Amino acid sequence: MNYDIILAGVGGQGVVSSATILSRCAMCDGFNVRQSEVHGMAQRGGAVQAQVRISDRVIESDLVPSGTADCIISMEPIEGLRCLSLLAENGRYITSLDPVVNIPDYPESQFIEEQLGKISGHIAVNAKKIAQTAGPAYAANIVLIGIASAFIPALAVATFERVIRETFERKGEKVVESNLKAFAAGRGIVKGGR
Amino acid sequence: MDRLLLLGDEACAMGAIDAGMSVAYGYPGTPSTEIMEFLQKHARNYGIVAKWCANEKTSYEGAMGVSYAGRRALVTMKHVGLNVAFDAFANSALQKINGGLVAAVADDPGMHSSQNEQDTRYPADFAKTACFEPRNHQEAYEMTREAFDVSEKFNIPVVVRLVTRLAHSRSIIRTRQPRAQNALNRAHVISDWMCIPACAKPNYHALLECQPRLLEYSEQSAWNTLEIKEDFREYGVITTGLGGNYYCEVAAALPSQPSHLHIGVYPIPIEKIRRLAGRVERIVVIEEGYPFVEEKLRSVIRDPIPIQGKMDGFLPYEGELNPDSVARALNLSVAHGLGIVIDKLPSRPPQLCKGCPHHDTFAVLREIVNEYKGTIITSDIGCYTLGAIPPYEIIDSASCMGASIGMAKGAAEAGYHPVIATIGDSTFLHSGLTGLVDAVTSNVNMLLLILDNGTTAMTGGQDTIMGSEQLVSIIRGAGVGPKHLHTIIPLPANHEKNVVLLRKELNYEGFSVIIARRGCIQHLKKSSKGKAAS
Repeated sequence: MNYDIILAGVGGQGVVSSATILSRCAMCDGFNVRQSEVHGMAQRGGAVQAQVRISDRVIESDLVPSGTADCIISMEPIEGLRCLSLLAENGRYITSLDPVVNIPDYPESQFIEEQLGKISGHIAVNAKKIAQTAGPAYAANIVLIGIASAFIPALAVATFERVIRETFERKGEKVVESNLKAFAAGRGIVKGGR
Repeated sequence: MDRLLLLGDEACAMGAIDAGMSVAYGYPGTPSTEIMEFLQKHARNYGIVAKWCANEKTSYEGAMGVSYAGRRALVTMKHVGLNVAFDAFANSALQKINGGLVAAVADDPGMHSSQNEQDTRYPADFAKTACFEPRNHQEAYEMTREAFDVSEKFNIPVVVRLVTRLAHSRSIIRTRQPRAQNALNRAHVISDWMCIPACAKPNYHALLECQPRLLEYSEQSAWNTLEIKEDFREYGVITTGLGGNYYCEVAAALPSQPSHLHIGVYPIPIEKIRRLAGRVERIVVIEEGYPFVEEKLRSVIRDPIPIQGKMDGFLPYEGELNPDSVARALNLSVAHGLGIVIDKLPSRPPQLCKGCPHHDTFAVLREIVNEYKGTIITSDIGCYTLGAIPPYEIIDSASCMGASIGMAKGAAEAGYHPVIATIGDSTFLHSGLTGLVDAVTSNVNMLLLILDNGTTAMTGGQDTIMGSEQLVSIIRGAGVGPKHLHTIIPLPANHEKNVVLLRKELNYEGFSVIIARRGCIQHLKKSSKGKAAS
């Protein structure tokens, strides 16, 4: 079993913490894992990327070779497009449609739609809106994790729930609950046969 | 035996803890910062001291004192930080290290957040000491542990070289039974720690005499693994560090498996290299960083055979390696994926946070520059270096920690006016104090603008070595009178007032200091959260 995931977004969106949730799940279910991330200056509203490699064998490289990633999770419409060359031919592209507009030349939504149209089997959602049905909008990244989880059968749903609980426990039960709901809502989208 | 999901930095820190390290010093710098942050988080549990210092040199000197007292010390920094600590580092190799002294230095190939991509294996080699280069998290843990043993065995400082992709990658490590800390046991032979020529000469001799033993250790080390394939002689592969990972990632696709030497600890294992070289027609070198091994090979291999690496363009000289660049060099195909190319995406560079005090300081400077055409604004290393890019484009230089003050002084003494040096509070305390003394004593015609946000912001908000009030005392103590030493609050409401003051001090023919003091937004958020939780 090998499963390579690319997470992309903007500093502050929870790219690294989402990647860590995936890594913890992999560890709990007995897999090897390597999670590469970019810290430092990139945190300040810049583009952020993390890579999570899950395998039952030894993982050599921290970086995913081009054209081989099983999944891209894009927390923002253009950031995932930036790393599209990493995605395998039959890879899964999951993206939020909520833009983070902090640059002057942010592309029009039509441009984004055109690009998404080229990616077969992509899943594009208004992650914030879905999160809001479960609780606060900041759980949008967990909605995306929920969607992705449906494509990683090696990781158990119960493991995701446990790790999400552990991750948010210190913020109180309410935060735990809304994140669990966000996860379920995300996963539900895939079950719904989209 | 615990299984832990850790950053490479944290695995290194855990290795130091389990090696019985007593004291850690360092200065924040991406990608090394998380080593100290991890140690600080667990300091109380393990009964260790883990502290930030004013800069890498004072950190290193502190570590030397710990070693002198007989205990094990770790010192952490980024690659360019070792330049600051270099005087202490190079000389410490000539002193008889007592308690193990390990420098964990994180290089930044690809310059993700650094001004260069220098390779720490060179300074380690220059100082004639040992250097470990872990390629994964378990190795970061094990090698850091072993580095302390090697340091005490050979009485030399030892380097652990990390790189960004390991420092900032997470994986699972298994820890082993920890070793107890050393008891205090001060050095007794004074000449061992004395650098006057009468002592330095025999100490240097001892360092040279240690080299064959160090080489023997490296030859025997299990970190330097040679795998010979008798039936394939066309070429052999030498890898180091993460180069080994990328090679192993793609090697399965090679039509034949070549002999392979992976180097994890230096000095380079000469005999192993010669054994490999004697069996192949050419050598391919894959190393993360400068072509360090590649250069050395030429003096080590007796019957010269072609060597391919970074110097002949076999692999890119600049930037990081990755599985793709290694695959291409080995004539292996790289997967096409979807084959969609999107070339119109706008870049999204890092930016100052909303509400950052630097915004307001830059706004004042913008007005000054509009008025005084040609003003030189030298700057420094910190969040405010973002002043170089749009929408600010206000600073004219950034070189190394503290350079803003020296450069401004030089430009002013060359006859240029007006000149403003801009530097953050942490950077000022790191390397600006000596520049301040130079500027004060020559009463040079320049303005020093200290951007005091009360923290080391760019690396994530580590505490500065002293607070804002003490900062003022230091500057006053250096001889800057109250008439030309001011504190302003960079806020939109104070804009006009602040411009007037800057204009006044620019017109003053002499040295003046303005401190623009307002807390980092991120730091305030963090500390108010901390207060709420406690």
